[in-house]
Amino acid sequence: MAKRIEASNVSSYYGSFKAIDSVSMVVEPKTITALIGPSGCGKSTFLRSINRMHEVLPNARIEGSLRIDEQNIYDPDVDVTAVRRLIGMVFQRPNPFPTMSIYENVVAGLKLNGVKKKSLLDDAAEQSLKSANLWNEVKDRLGRPGAGLSGGQQQRLCIARTIAVEPQVVLMDEPCSALDPISTLAIEDLMFKLKDRFTIIIVTHNMQQAARVSDKTGFFSIDKTGDPGRLIEYDDTQKIFSNPTEKKTEDYITGRFG
Amino acid sequence: MGDNPSRSENATAGDLGVTGRHARGAGTGVSPRSYEEPPFGGGGALPKKTRFGMEAGFKGLSVAAGAMVLVIIVAIAVFLISKAVPAINADTENFLTYKSWFPNDTEPKFGIAVLAFGTVLTSIIALLVAVPIALGIALFLSHYAPKRLATPLGFVIDLLAAVPSVVFGLWGRDVFLEPVRNFSLWLNEYFSWIPIFGGDGPFGRSVLLGSLVLAIMVLPIVTSLSREVFMQTPGMNEEAALALGATKWEMVRTAVLPYGKPGVIAAVMLGLGRALGETIALALTLGVVFNISFNIIENGGNSIAANIANSFGEANETGRGALIASGLVLFAITLVVNMAARAIIYRRREFRDSAA
Repeated sequence: MAKRIEASNVSSYYGSFKAIDSVSMVVEPKTITALIGPSGCGKSTFLRSINRMHEVLPNARIEGSLRIDEQNIYDPDVDVTAVRRLIGMVFQRPNPFPTMSIYENVVAGLKLNGVKKKSLLDDAAEQSLKSANLWNEVKDRLGRPGAGLSGGQQQRLCIARTIAVEPQVVLMDEPCSALDPISTLAIEDLMFKLKDRFTIIIVTHNMQQAARVSDKTGFFSIDKTGDPGRLIEYDDTQKIFSNPTEKKTEDYITGRFG
Repeated sequence: MGDNPSRSENATAGDLGVTGRHARGAGTGVSPRSYEEPPFGGGGALPKKTRFGMEAGFKGLSVAAGAMVLVIIVAIAVFLISKAVPAINADTENFLTYKSWFPNDTEPKFGIAVLAFGTVLTSIIALLVAVPIALGIALFLSHYAPKRLATPLGFVIDLLAAVPSVVFGLWGRDVFLEPVRNFSLWLNEYFSWIPIFGGDGPFGRSVLLGSLVLAIMVLPIVTSLSREVFMQTPGMNEEAALALGATKWEMVRTAVLPYGKPGVIAAVMLGLGRALGETIALALTLGVVFNISFNIIENGGNSIAANIANSFGEANETGRGALIASGLVLFAITLVVNMAARAIIYRRREFRDSAA
């Protein structure tokens, strides 16, 4: 169910602006990897490069290679929609489809992939909502608008929608930054549960969160505004937060910079 | 600082068991002027609310503007009804069902049936032609065309809306007539087994010509409004669809079209409003025949507004009243259409409101 992500020398551009420079890292299956760093250092850009959402923006492109279990994600023959199905994404702000009910939101991805049978959709909706720890809260109102839920519930709905298509990897771009501490805790619990099935990469500004949930942590930074972001250090979370190799990492996690 | 003692100073004064006024006077060196006009947040008596200021003035203006709409509507309704009722009373035939228009005779005979039918028929055909094309253009402009192309093209579409309807009418009658006549002959030759394309001619100045001209006139309104609503689709919903593995068209179907639906309905209704009320273009292009026929390619067709334009000149007192009565019917049709549209939008309001 979960796959390995291997990035080597990935550089991403917006037009002529280089947003990240030569990032290399290997993410093992069924682990949680946290990407931390100051704003504008390219962690989200790197995350969006992994499922080719980066190229949605005009003039955006990447160099280098990104592989999922030895297959090149950026191979010209590869169907980009297949990549995104394989590598799901949860966004910073909860973004359920406003015109759809809770149920329709969860099965939206499946419908896009041509699943029409009602019983299959019903099963998938129930399973995904259960996996997202949301089933008990919404099972009696699946026909209600998804946008009517609270922020934390909406984000779990989006996670349910993402995992309903059974991806191999789940990318999370600051999934808790718009949520209160209780909802954040609910999402973190959920991540531990999902770790058994998916490879998870999460971008977060919250260092306690990174320390709590992740197995490995990557620290991104920039020298100054306008410079491309670099991966400064990538190691076991334990090591990054107790005894980092790089001075910059230590400065950042102790709050001396950034 | 001295003139504006902060709240915390008053709070301290309260703690000491002294009233704010005393504390301020004694402690903080306030100038005498501020005793007469207490500054904001300075304790003492609260400032009096202004009795006649900008607030009241503006409120009055907006209430008057709102009331004026009602007054105008009532005035128009009173005028229309007062002119229409005597004419309808003078009608020797049934106003709703009679299929001819002779209100100027000594025994006036006229009925709205043909005109109302023609109005609705031309408008519906115009929308059937215009709406799919308009939505296609709107989607192209909002989601497919590169920005360098979309901006000038959108401008051209808006320019189309600025062409006066009489110009469309003249163009339809003098230029567009030939191709439509040829097209009608072709339709008649191969598809005459479908009743709407039957008949023996003559062809050309038909419902088809009028509807197509109407379609071109309605196109820019529907296009630019739909483009606006499509462009308002939240980017994060489009990204959500793409991240689920949607192709561009699937993304449009999942995120853009459902989100824009109420707006598109409103745009179509505005277009329908224009089509129903269009006068001079139809007066110039329709064949002006008084019969109810679904045949759209034979010379013929008529509409309420076109009939008013064509016959107002030679109408007598009763004739004018009859035409005003027909205008009242047009007004009723438009009202029903608008209410139907609102009902459609209202039905899904729960989803729209929670999205906002």
